[in-house]
Order: sequence, then structure tokens, then C-alpha cells
Amino acid sequence: MSFLEVKDLRIHFPTDDGLVKSVDGLSFSLERGKTLGIVGESGSGKSVTSLGILGLHKGGNARIGGEIWLDGEELVGASAEHVRGLRGKKMAMIFQDPLSAMHPYYTVGDQIIEAYRIHHDVTKKVARKHAIDMLARVGIPQPDRRVDDYPHQFSGGMRQRAMIAMALSCDPELLIADEPTTALDVTVQAQILDLMRDLQREFNSALIIITHDLGVVAELSDDILVMYAGKCVEYGTAQDIFYRPEHPYTWGLLGSMPRLDREPTERLLPIKGSPPSLINVPPGCAFHPRCPYLDRTDGKGDTVVPELVPTERGHLVRCHMPAEERRSLWENEIKPALETQ
Amino acid sequence: MNPQEPLLSVTDLQKHFPVTKGLFKRQVGAVKAVDGISFEVFKGETLGLVGESGCGKSTTGRLVTRLLEPTGGKIVFEGQDITHMSQSRLRPLRRDMQMIFQDPYSSLNPRHTVGAIVGAPFRIQGIKTEQGIKKEVQDILAMVGLNPEHYNRYPHEFSGGQRQRIGIARTLALKPKLIIADEPVSALDVSIQAQVVNLLEDLQNELDLTYVVIAHDLSVVRHISDRVAVMYLGKIVEIGDRKSLYSSPMHPYTNALLSAVPIPDPAARTERERIRLVGDVPSPLNPPPACRFHTRCWKAQEICKTVEPPLEELASGHRVACHFPENTPAVPAPAGDAVTA
Repeated sequence: MSFLEVKDLRIHFPTDDGLVKSVDGLSFSLERGKTLGIVGESGSGKSVTSLGILGLHKGGNARIGGEIWLDGEELVGASAEHVRGLRGKKMAMIFQDPLSAMHPYYTVGDQIIEAYRIHHDVTKKVARKHAIDMLARVGIPQPDRRVDDYPHQFSGGMRQRAMIAMALSCDPELLIADEPTTALDVTVQAQILDLMRDLQREFNSALIIITHDLGVVAELSDDILVMYAGKCVEYGTAQDIFYRPEHPYTWGLLGSMPRLDREPTERLLPIKGSPPSLINVPPGCAFHPRCPYLDRTDGKGDTVVPELVPTERGHLVRCHMPAEERRSLWENEIKPALETQ
Repeated sequence: MNPQEPLLSVTDLQKHFPVTKGLFKRQVGAVKAVDGISFEVFKGETLGLVGESGCGKSTTGRLVTRLLEPTGGKIVFEGQDITHMSQSRLRPLRRDMQMIFQDPYSSLNPRHTVGAIVGAPFRIQGIKTEQGIKKEVQDILAMVGLNPEHYNRYPHEFSGGQRQRIGIARTLALKPKLIIADEPVSALDVSIQAQVVNLLEDLQNELDLTYVVIAHDLSVVRHISDRVAVMYLGKIVEIGDRKSLYSSPMHPYTNALLSAVPIPDPAARTERERIRLVGDVPSPLNPPPACRFHTRCWKAQEICKTVEPPLEELASGHRVACHFPENTPAVPAPAGDAVTA
């Protein structure tokens, strides 16, 4: 079994308007030292997944089903108390907005020290020394002075570094980064991505990076999982997703973004419509109202939910179109359109 | 590049926000958000304004539309000096100069219907239309890809992308000549971004519009712009036509910005040459003297700390403010003194 195994994870929220299936049958696995990128638009369930793994829906009104195995231990059925003991030590999270994720009333140092002392029986002095070491490790200048600063005294990039220091302070084996660079400027984003790559190599942790930015995913990920309306629509290696994608939604994402590494194109190739509401997920394939190839699904597109099936190369795709047809569409139409236009 | 008169011409524009202290609001300093920038926008073109947060790009947009009062400099729109024009004299000009805002959630009044929002410019300007305002508004809604029957709906009934279309419809209501778009797509999902970018391009062709697009996303700016200006701490450091700026950037900052953009191609991870800037953008309250980029520049010499580099034209239509520019075209005529220091 892999270090992290998620099997058929379902996270549903009952609301007055109906059941919201934020995550609906998600499965993936991840080894130590590897990076999984989860890509999707807002409301696709990517953040709910990460909170679910960390056990942060426990005690809420979420209905959680399926299995999460972390290092041979099942987490969905485990007690909230037990998962709490794992949080911080075995698994940790980096949030998108460090200003709201950090407590404004405590110094940055105090917050790192607190996390460290919960899991380690050490004196305050030792923990403070550790906090300073961690701040130095993530590249904060003059860490022995900055450790006593409050979050608002840090710039956005430094705050995100401090957050990474906090997350790594107990040497977690699983690190989840939810849009870690979305709030940052591009030059600072590059620094943080480099830092995360270096630290992962050093600590050999498993990393899940959640983002809507295909560029960020391509920089870091070994494997990529594309989510749409709570379901995985395509799952494979980074090479599979970028060089041989087979799902029309993935094609749409690739066609939607202008790229700096290619000659400027005349037109972008967007996906029509907008992401569905999770209260009212379209029947059949959730993507069918936006899919340009609905007529090639043999009438099943809007009636039958497609299965996630392996392609001949082993990556998984959830689409009704025959595999042959998907491949030929990609090779003969989509790929040339993306490259030349 | 464009022989005709510029539609908009900005000379040495400045905006200093006073920083006050104490009971009597004694001025103790100033944030030099925009500190002496000059550029021109020609009819029918798109000028992109890029830079990191705090570089003054949004302030520039608000100065040009006179939503902020300039501290110094000159703004000429269609041959008229509007730098300090009174609001009442400015009002008829607002017809020709409109703005698209970043956040489609806060820029639309939640208590007004779409019809009222898009129809407001007609009422404010006191414009009579042949078939009534309603018909006119419905035509505009159709033009931006919204259903004209949604005339009586409220903003909350629409998705983010549709709201941005409402904002664009309002902007277009009076058939303006110049549109300032401040981060028009950055709050939208990837697939929706592409739709809006395409819409902006279609409208430009159809209605002969001129755009100033302010954005932090370098790939979007390259896609949409004819010319691009790069800002850093209140100054334009480089301005040129899109092709030459992106293929042979001369300012080290432009180079660093471009190299920091993550590329959606897993192979780029290893193949790409990277320039990594250290640290954050300095505070505009107390910007570095002379060349403002010298604190982060790897090419900085003594002269960069003492003499401010002027914005000079080094190639046709391509101006840069740097003592040690890169990618300078080889000077063909007089051999020898091609390299300047």
C-alpha cells in the first residue's frame, strides 16, 4: 500500500437546498517524496478534499464516506482526537492566505513554538531555538529578530515562508499546500515554489499541491489529478496530462490559458458556459453541458455517469467517447490547434 | 509605430499619497505610488500595463480616468488637457472614457437590477435613445453574450464570469473610445478568463475600441496587448511593442518577471534558464534612490545607486530605463562604441 491511499472518498454536505456532493468518489495514492497536483476550478472540490484528509470536517455536518489510509492507518473512521494528534506532526497544511491563516494576536515565533511543543516535550527555550532555525531554513533574514514579529509586520512572501516554516516544524510526512502562491506576486511565487521543491527533497515528504494554475502544477508535480464537479475526470503523470490528455475538460483548460513559451496565438480556445453548481450537478457526465463532443457519446453523455477507466498507457480518464476517438481528436485536432492556431 | 495623434497622452504623471501623523495630521511622508511616468495610447491599440502589487499600475488607471487627482504631470485625452479639469466639465468626457473593474462582486450594486446597472450611464448622461433605454440595454447585453431577458435580474443571480460581462456591458453602454480595464480577468476561473479575454478582443474589433489593460498576469497581457509597459515602484522601467518586449526584454526586471512565470510544460522544469530575484518589492513609502530596482538587481553597480537611468529608446519603439540593458540591438553603423556603460 502506498504511503497515502484515498479510496472512494465522498464528502457530502446536507443543506437546506439539497445535498451538496463536494467530493464524490475520489481515489488516488501518493508515495513519500512524490508530489501530486490537484487541479480544478472553484467549486470542483479540491479544497474540501484536502480538509477531509486532514480530518478538519470532523465535528461539522459533513457526511464523509470512503477510506483514507495514511501510512497504514485509516483516518475516516478514526476519532477526532486521534486525527488531531496526527495533525501537525504527521501531516500539515499550507493555506492560501497566510494573513488570515495566522493569528494576528500572537507573534510568528509563538505560533511556531506552540505547534512544536504540542508534539514535542521540550522547554520553551529549545522550541524557540527550533523556531528560529526553521525561519532561517525557509529564508527569512535575521530570523532571531523576526521571530518576535507579528504576522502583519511580515510582507506577503515572508508570511507565506513563515507559514511553510510552521507547517514543517514537526517534520510532517504529508504536506498539503492549498493554493500556496495564489496570493503572491510572480517573482515571490517563483521563490516559494523553489523553496517548496528544495524542502520536499530535503525532508522527503509527500506533497499535495492544490491549485487552479496549470503552470504551478507543471513546475512541481509528478502526478496530476484533474477535478470537475467533485469528481476526478483525469488522473495520470504530469507527462500524461500535459502531452497526452484525453478528457475534453483538460483540453479546455489547456486551451484557455495563454502561454509564454509559445508564439502568441490569435484566439484562446475557452470552454463554453461556466462550472455547475454542486446542488444541481448535471445528470450523466457533469461536464456534458459544456462539452463540444457531446454528440460523440452515443447518447450516453447526459444520461449515464461515465466510469473512470484506464487508457492503454495506464492513465485514468472519465469520458464516454471511445478511446480511439479521444486519441485521434487530441492528435489531429486539439494538439495542432493549441500549438499553432 | 503609429503615425496618428495619440488618443491618450500622459506626461510625467505623479501621484503622491500623503502620510500623516498626529492630531493635526502633520504630513510626515508620502507614498509615491506613481512617480513620473509618461506614455501614449494610440487609437485602436491595446496597451498592457504590468507589474507586481504596489507598482502603481492601478493608481495609474485611476489617475487617467480622473478617479484620483494627480499630484503632478499632465494627462491629455483627445487633445484636451484633463489633468485638473473640474468634475462637471469632465462629465461629458466620461462618455468616451470608461473603466472595467477587477472584482465583479463588489463593482456591481447588489440592489440594482442588471437593467438599472447597464442603463445608468444613459440616465446619468441624459441620453435619449430612439427605442428607449431598455431596448438599448438589451442590445448591449446580447452583444456581451448575456441573455437580454435577464434585464430584470439582480447581480447575485449571475456567476462570476457573467457578472464581469455585466460590468463590461455597463462600460460599453455609451460607446466609449477608451476603456481602462483594471485586472479584468484575474478574479475569474481559468476557463472563464479565456471567454472574457476573447470577448474583449471581439468587442475591440467590432467597436473600434482602445484599451489600457492593467494586469499582473504576463501571459494574459502578452496575449491581449499590442504594446506593453512594465512598471516597478511607480516608474515605467520598460515599454515596447509586445513582440520585442517579450522576445528580447532589455530591463533586468522584465527578464526576471518573465523567467518567474511558471510554464505549463513539465519539461520546462529542467530546461528553463531561471533568474531568481531575492527579497520583496521595497516599500513605495521609502523607495531606493536612483534606479529603484538596484536593491534586487544582479547587475547593479555603483552608478545604479546614484544616478537614475532615463527611459531611453534603444530600439524602434522600445524604451528602457537601465544603465546596463540586456538584449540591446547591435548598433550597425559606427563600429566600435556599440557597448555603452
